[in-house]
Amino acid sequence: MKKDIILAGVGGQGILTIATIIGDAAAVAGLSLKQAEVHGMSQRGGDVQSNLRLSTETIYSDLIKEGTADLIISMEPMEALRYKEFMHKDGMVVTSSHPFRNIPNYPAEEMVEQELENLPNAVSLPIESMAAEINMPKSANVILLGMAAKYIEILTPEQLRESIKRIFESKGEKIVEMNIQAFDYGLNAVK
Amino acid sequence: MAERRLLLGDEAIALGAVHAGISGVYAYPGTPSTEITEFIQAHAPQVRSRWCTNEKTAMEAALGMSYAGKRALVCMKHVGMNVAADAFVNSGITGVNGGLVVVAADDPSMHSSQNEQDSRFYGQFAMIPMLEPSNQQEAYGMMKYAFELSEQVKLPVLLRVVTRLAHSRAGVEVSEPVGQNILNPDNERTHWVLLPGNAKRQYAALVQKQDDLVLRSENSPYNQYPNLEKAETGVVACGIAYNYVMENDPSTPVLKISQYPVPEEKLREFAGKCSSILVAEDGQPFVENLVKGVLGSGYTVKGRLTGDLPRTGELTPDNVGAAMGIVVPKAFRKPENVMPRPPALCQGCGHRDVYDALNRILAEYKDARVFGDIGCYTLGALPPFRAIDSCVDMGASITMAKGAADAGVYPAVAVIGDSTFTHSGMTGLLDAVNDNANITVVISDNLTTAMTGGQDSAGTSKFEAICVALGVAPEHVRVVVPIARNMEEITHIIREELEYNGVSVIIPRRECIQTLNRKLRKKRAEQQ
Repeated sequence: MKKDIILAGVGGQGILTIATIIGDAAAVAGLSLKQAEVHGMSQRGGDVQSNLRLSTETIYSDLIKEGTADLIISMEPMEALRYKEFMHKDGMVVTSSHPFRNIPNYPAEEMVEQELENLPNAVSLPIESMAAEINMPKSANVILLGMAAKYIEILTPEQLRESIKRIFESKGEKIVEMNIQAFDYGLNAVK
Repeated sequence: MAERRLLLGDEAIALGAVHAGISGVYAYPGTPSTEITEFIQAHAPQVRSRWCTNEKTAMEAALGMSYAGKRALVCMKHVGMNVAADAFVNSGITGVNGGLVVVAADDPSMHSSQNEQDSRFYGQFAMIPMLEPSNQQEAYGMMKYAFELSEQVKLPVLLRVVTRLAHSRAGVEVSEPVGQNILNPDNERTHWVLLPGNAKRQYAALVQKQDDLVLRSENSPYNQYPNLEKAETGVVACGIAYNYVMENDPSTPVLKISQYPVPEEKLREFAGKCSSILVAEDGQPFVENLVKGVLGSGYTVKGRLTGDLPRTGELTPDNVGAAMGIVVPKAFRKPENVMPRPPALCQGCGHRDVYDALNRILAEYKDARVFGDIGCYTLGALPPFRAIDSCVDMGASITMAKGAADAGVYPAVAVIGDSTFTHSGMTGLLDAVNDNANITVVISDNLTTAMTGGQDSAGTSKFEAICVALGVAPEHVRVVVPIARNMEEITHIIREELEYNGVSVIIPRRECIQTLNRKLRKKRAEQQ
């Protein structure tokens, strides 16, 4: 079994935290893992992505082949669409619906929404307002991970929850609890 | 059971070097090599690891440590090799005492660079052994191997990686560390004093070593020769290209090359069993050219030079697959309304205020030219600022402004960051002073090496003293704080210094917003 995931967003939105949580869960579960990240210049407000590959077999390439990704997890709707051609026909998109406008030619919101609706498998939710609702504005990325959890399949939500505990342990019990709550909020928000 | 850790390629190199008993790492930050030194700084207090002023000082200090008998690591990005080249090439002539490994992190596709030069040409040029890991586990294991090889052949070893390995994470099994070498300075002056008489002997000895280096490549555990009867197309795959070949079809006959010089005998044998060869290598067609030479013009060699693989840009599993005749049909296409999202200067960044002020004043001087440099502030080339006319290499802002001023350009302005100034700007400033060039130099000081993530900057708190010591008149070294409410003062100072006929330096100084926020967050966390 394998799961090829593209994590997408804008520099500074926290996609690497999502990658770290999934990566830790995969390592503990004994899965093979490769995770290509973007460091350097693009981190300054540019588009960023990470290729996260999980498998029960040996993984060779650090990069995912076009037309083979199983899942796109994105902190921003247009960024989710940027990697659309990497997905196979049954691929799944889990994304924030909230546009991040730091470019003058950002497309009309309705066009982005329409593109997402046209996808056979996509979930899109306003994670930032959800995070604000539960008083955790910094946890939007963990809500998104919760939304994606049941589509990751090769890892269970419970394994991801355990990983969140390990990753945030050093920041204190309160932070761990908040992130677990954010994760469950995302998990339950998706039918 | 051996311990298994999730490591970036860079971190695997760092841990491998620490476990190989290095006593020092010498480096200047540069994407994608920075995380090697950062990892050692964070996890190996027994290793000397402070950042160096530039790649040349790093290379020389490492050579000094090797001279003293200890193991030293040097890390840089590919263009850093140009800066270190004098010391690097000559370290092949002196040879080494303690093991010396140079890591060059290449950036094909120029994710964060101004060219995609291939460091393997430097290794060949210096006639030293080279290693090119294909994955994180190899990167880790190769460090101990590289230091042993260096001490056996008495030469530095170049380890070449590319961005996709440097910045990709995977599980790595680690082994037992070895201790550091003892202090044991070399007594062989004829090796180290490169007067022509000695250098000639040393160079002849280096040439003599080449057969042994090829033999070591032929027998290297990292160069894997397939068990093969006969095949149509065979693939010669270097470094991470091996993964892309295997990803597409693990039954492909592959000669994997991860140690250089190229094992020519293995190559001939492999070619003899195949009717044609595809060379898959990230970077420039280094091996492809070599293979053509070895096999002669009658043999079909495909690769970047024949268009089977793209001539520029990094390899991907997709373009390697296409060259192998394997194409995955695409279910979706990228929508046309997805717009590029280029990086930009952060909100609240002091460089923004510097460019606002410059643009405001230079609007009054229609012939003004602004020579930029390497760092976050290069983003001033993009909208909304469009404030710089050139960006070439570390330090070129000052010297290009001087040359342009020599030719008659006025005003000629240089914009350079604090870390870039100490890296390669100081010598150019001395040239300008000695020639009394009519230039205005802006050292935009954010107290850090920001582009690569906020490493210490070598000249912090020393800039006024450095400029005055180099001969800039003290009254023309001006310091300002670049924030909106000081705009009047800043523009006034810029105008005054543009009108001064000679070298002036303006230092807008305000801490990088990223490092500042990081410090504030840390402080808040400590208070809680």
